[in-house]
Amino acid sequence: MSTYLPSLAGGLLIGLSAISYLILTGRIAGISGIVGRLAEGSLPWLNGAFVLGLVLGPLVYLAVTGAWPQVTITASLPLAVVAGLLVGIGSRMGSGCTSGHGVLGLARLSPRSMVAVVTFLTAGIVTVTILRGSL
Amino acid sequence: MNRFAQPLAALVCGTLFGFGLALSGMLDPARVQGFLDLFGAWDPSLIFVLGGAVMVAMAGMLLVKRMRQPVFGEVFHIPTNRRIDLPLVLGSAVFGIGWGLGGFCPGPALSALSMGYLTPLVFVIAMVAGMVFHDRVLAGRI
Repeated sequence: MSTYLPSLAGGLLIGLSAISYLILTGRIAGISGIVGRLAEGSLPWLNGAFVLGLVLGPLVYLAVTGAWPQVTITASLPLAVVAGLLVGIGSRMGSGCTSGHGVLGLARLSPRSMVAVVTFLTAGIVTVTILRGSL
Repeated sequence: MNRFAQPLAALVCGTLFGFGLALSGMLDPARVQGFLDLFGAWDPSLIFVLGGAVMVAMAGMLLVKRMRQPVFGEVFHIPTNRRIDLPLVLGSAVFGIGWGLGGFCPGPALSALSMGYLTPLVFVIAMVAGMVFHDRVLAGRI
């Protein structure tokens, strides 16, 4: 129970951020799109400011709560390289990740996003099940 | 005015997003993997992150539909593509495998950078390399 309330509150804030970004700038707060466009040098001030904010977020959390969020790194560095490459290639090829498809796509009832979310959740579940030998 | 207002709005929204990620538990790869470990030690709490975020965004979409233009912009850039095609499914599957392996998706990986761990930094560098590789080499071939 103790983890459900912060998760719900965090989710509400993520939703508020994503919809505010759309209402204010007219753009979808899809992180893979924002990072990909930033890497390609498109709209550097806009995309750069959002990414800077993302990095500042946990610092604000530290200032407010007095502690860093709990983080337990599980991947070795080589595995992190493989995972990062797959996340980078996959999110661009699939036109979105957990934010663009997961939050805003589902909120728009986009059929493409529903397919994307079911696909990446299934792939993630299969991967972790194999990784942890859960079956 | 939009030249300055847009980046400022992006900075504020990005910070709120990062704060929400920190509060929600999404920055913790072990918890993300626990959420994906449906057949093992399943931790369902992260459903509330997606559920809460979608609920708020859905309510906000009602407002967006009534607006002619964004507050600090000329047009809404909302995707119009409705095709469910191979890149969508294959890309989402590849993304999901990487997400499961590392426990990081793009937003949390970037947010975690401020905490000074080496692994998220390595992950982000590889992720950006993967994005550039897709956009420059793979795009349009699949």
